[in-house]
Amino acid sequence: MARSVDSAKLFGLLLLFWLLLNGSVAPGTIGVGAVVAALIVVFFGGSLSFLSGHRLTPDALIATLFYLGYFLRELVRANLAMARIVLSPSLPIRPAIVKLRTRLTDPVARLLLANSITLTPGTLSVELKGEWLYVHWVSATTTDPEEATREIVSGFEKYLEVMYG
Amino acid sequence: MTGPFALIGALIVLAGAAFLFLGGLGLYRMPDSYTRIQAGTKATTLGTLLVLAGAAFLMPGWWIKLMLILLFLMFTNPLSSQVLARAAHRAGIRPAPETRADALADDQGDAS
Repeated sequence: MARSVDSAKLFGLLLLFWLLLNGSVAPGTIGVGAVVAALIVVFFGGSLSFLSGHRLTPDALIATLFYLGYFLRELVRANLAMARIVLSPSLPIRPAIVKLRTRLTDPVARLLLANSITLTPGTLSVELKGEWLYVHWVSATTTDPEEATREIVSGFEKYLEVMYG
Repeated sequence: MTGPFALIGALIVLAGAAFLFLGGLGLYRMPDSYTRIQAGTKATTLGTLLVLAGAAFLMPGWWIKLMLILLFLMFTNPLSSQVLARAAHRAGIRPAPETRADALADDQGDAS
């Protein structure tokens, strides 16, 4: 059962991607896209399962929107912070590599978390080992794992947990 | 082409270019590999995002494809930076001397 739902999600995603790339909904375009998407699902469905981990409940969709909003805000803040550092004559940085813990288990959720951390103020994911995430932090305020987790990870984690369950 | 859309688009592209410039400046000023990667990644992501958004204003017919490009960039740009940073660390490149702690090196038992 779960497998057929995953296949349907993967099929929908591939077809949507194809239609967006083509920018047209002519019957011929949809037909070709449907056939190719179905073939990809049949032959490569197993190894593409990471594409269909996203949950489709209303809660998860709302969390996705909030996540995007939060992410874009953090991205702008990251750039303004970086601009301030780069333009200051004294180059005010206090770098450190700190260790964080994540509760996420889904591989795509963890990828999104690591990517989000890289794009948010002053932090860059360096290594992911088990539940530990090593992050290079340009203006570190703490080197304590628990506190760093609260400051860097929690904002994203609460949305990703709903999205990927 | 003229009109308010063209002006808004041009301004957004200009803002993107400004962030890209700051990214370049960051690459030049930062002391070590990790801080340089930091400066580079954030600036190029927002800078490219703004340039593409501005292009969507200038060429409204392209916006769906521009958004797809944007989505790919937002997935792959931080990923490549993270892999670069990890490779640097595995190759034994030490962070700049002002770095206060290196939890990763501590955990691998080769503390500096």
